[in-house]
Amino acid sequence: MAAIRADNHRLRLAVRYLVLILIAAIFIFPLMFMVMSSFKPSDQLLSDTSSLRAFLPVGDLSLHNYMGAFERAPVGLFVVNSIFVTSTTVLLSLLVCSLAGFSFVFLQWRGRDVMLSIVLATLIVPFETIAIPLLLEVSKLPWLGLSGLEWGWLDSYRVQIIPWIADGLTIFLFVQYFKGLPEELIEAARVEGASWLQIYLRVVLPLSGPVIATAAILKFLVMYNQYLWPLIVVQQEQYRPVMVGLQYFFQLSPAWGEIMAYLTLITVPVLAFYLALQRAFIASIATTGVKG
Amino acid sequence: MKLFNVTAGAVIAATGLYNAAFATTTLSIWYHGAGNKVESKIINQIIDDFNASQSDWKVALESFPQNSYNDSVTAAALAGKLPDILDMDGPIMPNWAWSGYLQPLPIPEDHFKNFLPGTKGIYDGKLYSIGLWDAAVVLYARKSTLKELGLRTPTLDKPWTKDEFDHALQAAKSSAKFDYAIDLGMSDKSEWYTYAFLPFLQSFGGGLVDRKTYDTAEGALNGDAAIAWGNWWQSLFKDKLAPGTSQDPADHENGFIDGKYAFSWNGNWNAVKTMAKVDDVEFLPAPDFGQGPTIGAASWQFGISASSQHPDGAADFIKFATQDKYLAEFSNAIGLIPATASAAQMTDNYKDGGALSVFFNLSKAQAKKRPVTPGYVVESKVFQKAAADIADGAGVTDTLDASVDQIDADIKRNDGYKKN
Repeated sequence: MAAIRADNHRLRLAVRYLVLILIAAIFIFPLMFMVMSSFKPSDQLLSDTSSLRAFLPVGDLSLHNYMGAFERAPVGLFVVNSIFVTSTTVLLSLLVCSLAGFSFVFLQWRGRDVMLSIVLATLIVPFETIAIPLLLEVSKLPWLGLSGLEWGWLDSYRVQIIPWIADGLTIFLFVQYFKGLPEELIEAARVEGASWLQIYLRVVLPLSGPVIATAAILKFLVMYNQYLWPLIVVQQEQYRPVMVGLQYFFQLSPAWGEIMAYLTLITVPVLAFYLALQRAFIASIATTGVKG
Repeated sequence: MKLFNVTAGAVIAATGLYNAAFATTTLSIWYHGAGNKVESKIINQIIDDFNASQSDWKVALESFPQNSYNDSVTAAALAGKLPDILDMDGPIMPNWAWSGYLQPLPIPEDHFKNFLPGTKGIYDGKLYSIGLWDAAVVLYARKSTLKELGLRTPTLDKPWTKDEFDHALQAAKSSAKFDYAIDLGMSDKSEWYTYAFLPFLQSFGGGLVDRKTYDTAEGALNGDAAIAWGNWWQSLFKDKLAPGTSQDPADHENGFIDGKYAFSWNGNWNAVKTMAKVDDVEFLPAPDFGQGPTIGAASWQFGISASSQHPDGAADFIKFATQDKYLAEFSNAIGLIPATASAAQMTDNYKDGGALSVFFNLSKAQAKKRPVTPGYVVESKVFQKAAADIADGAGVTDTLDASVDQIDADIKRNDGYKKN
C-alpha cells in the first residue's frame, strides 16, 4: 500500500515537473532562439526557423553578427543612453512617487481624495493620445543650462526623463503598499516627536523594499522599452536610446543575424537588473498575494 | 575724438564686412539611411566633397532609420524643427508640400531635364524634390525555367499579355517543381503592396483614385476594371499560384533563389544579390493586362524645408549632389537605377550591355508614378488593406466599395486636399 502511494506521489511529481518544464520552455524558447540565432549567418538563421535547429547552437557559428551590429550602429552609445535615461528616471520616480504616495496615505490635506482620483484616472489615458500635445509643450519649454537660458527641450536627455518621472501606476503602487503598513508604527513615531520627513525616511522607506523593487522593475521596463517618445523628441543620434536604434537594422533586406545580436546585447541590462532585484520583486508579489 | 570715432567705426564696419564675406553658414540635412553602411558612406562623401568645394556653406548630416523616418519628420514639423534639406520617399512629397513642410526647389526644372521622370517630384506644377535614383519592379525568372516550361521570353516591345502570364503561372504550377508559381512578396506588408501591386490594377484599367480630379476613388477603384483585377488577384491565391499574406518572410527573402518559386515579382534592389546566386536569372518586364504594362516609380528624393532660411545654399547642395558621378556611385553601391542616361553609362550594371541595363529602359518605358496627391498617404494604406483582404478571400466588390468610401471620406474630411 505504501509502495503504491509512493509510486502515485512520484507520478504526480513527474507530471507536475513536466507541465512546469513545458511552461518554462514556452517562455525561454524565444530567448534561446534570439541568442542562438545571433551566432548564425542570416541565411542559416532563416532556414533553421523551420526546425528545432533554431534553438540549438548548430551550424556555422561565429561572432560576425556582433561585429556587424557594432559596425552598423553605435550600439554602445545607445545602450549607455538608455541606461542613463532609465536609471535616472527610475531613481527620480521612486523618490517623487513614494513621496506622493506617502502624502496621499499619511498626510491630511484638503482635496487629497479628489487629487488621488485624478492621479488614478491618468492610468486609463494611453500615452499615444497625449504624445503630440506633450511634444508641442516640451518643444517650447525654457531650460537654464550651462550655456544660459535656452528654449525647447528637444534633443536632450531631460526631455526623455522629466515627463516620465511621475506616473499614476507607480504612485498607486506606493499608495496601496503604504496603506498596508501598521498605523501603530506611524503613530508611535509621531508620539516620539518625529517629523513627517523623518517618518518617511526612517520608518516608511526601510519597510518598503518590496514595493520599491516592484516599482523600480516596472518603471525600468517602461523606460528601457521607450520607442515612440524618443522617436519624436530626439533628432540627434547622440541622444537615441536602444529601441530607436533597433530600427537601424531594418533595411530593405533586414539583417536578421545582426538584429538578433543587437537584441541579445540590449537584453543583457534588463536581465541583470531583474536578477538583481528578483528576490524583492517576488517578495512583493507574494505579499500582495497574501493580502489579496 | 571725432577722428577716433570715425576710425573706430571704419574698423568695426570693415571687420563686419570681412566676417560677412568669409562667414560659413551651416545647413542641416536629414537623411533616411541610418544603419545603411553603404548609403551612409556615400552621402558622407558627397557632403565632405561639397563642404570642401566652397566656403559659403557647411552641410551637417543627421541620419535617421528609414522605418521611422517619416514619423520623425512629421514630429519635427509639428515642433517647428525641420532641417534645411531633407529627403523623402517620392509619393509622400505631395502630402508634405501640401502640409507646408516643403518649399519648391529654387532650381529651374530645366536643370534636371535629363533625369528620369520618376526622379522628379512635381506637385501643383512646381518641382519640390529631385532624386538621385529610381527603382523598378520586374519579374524575376530563370532562363532554364522559361525553356523547360516552353515559354516565350517577353520583351519591352512585346511583354506578356494577361493570357500569357496566366499560362506561365499555370505551367509552373503544373510542372510540380515549385512550391508556388510566383512570389509576390506578400509577407512585406508595407508600401510595397501599393508600389508593386497598384501597377497590376492600373494595367487592368483601374486606379487608386481619379487622376483627373483627385477628388474621388469612385469608378477608379471599384469600376469594372478594378473588379476584374480583384477577381484575378484573388484567383492567384485561391488557385495556390502564389503564397498569401501569411508568407514566411524568410521565403520571400530566399524562395526564388532556393528554387521554391518559378517567378518572383521583385525590386531591382535585390537584383545584384540574386545575380550572384542564380546564374541564369532573367529580368522580365511587367505583363500587359490590357491597358499597357506599368510599374511603380519615384524613390527617395531631396527637397528643401519650408522653414529653411537658406534655400539658395540648400539648392547649391542639391545641385552638387545630383552630379552624374554621385548618381553613378550610388547606383554601383546599392544597385538602383541612376537618374540620368549619362550616369548610367558610368555604372557597371546600367551601361549599355550591362547586366541591369534592362531596368533603365524599363523605368523609361513602363514607370508610372503613384497618384501625385496629398491624399496618397491614406489612399495607399487603404489599398494595402484591400489587396490583403482580397488575397485572404474577402468579397471583391464589397472590399473595393468599402475602400472607395474610406478614400472619399478622407478626401472630403480634408476639403479635397485643396492647394494652399
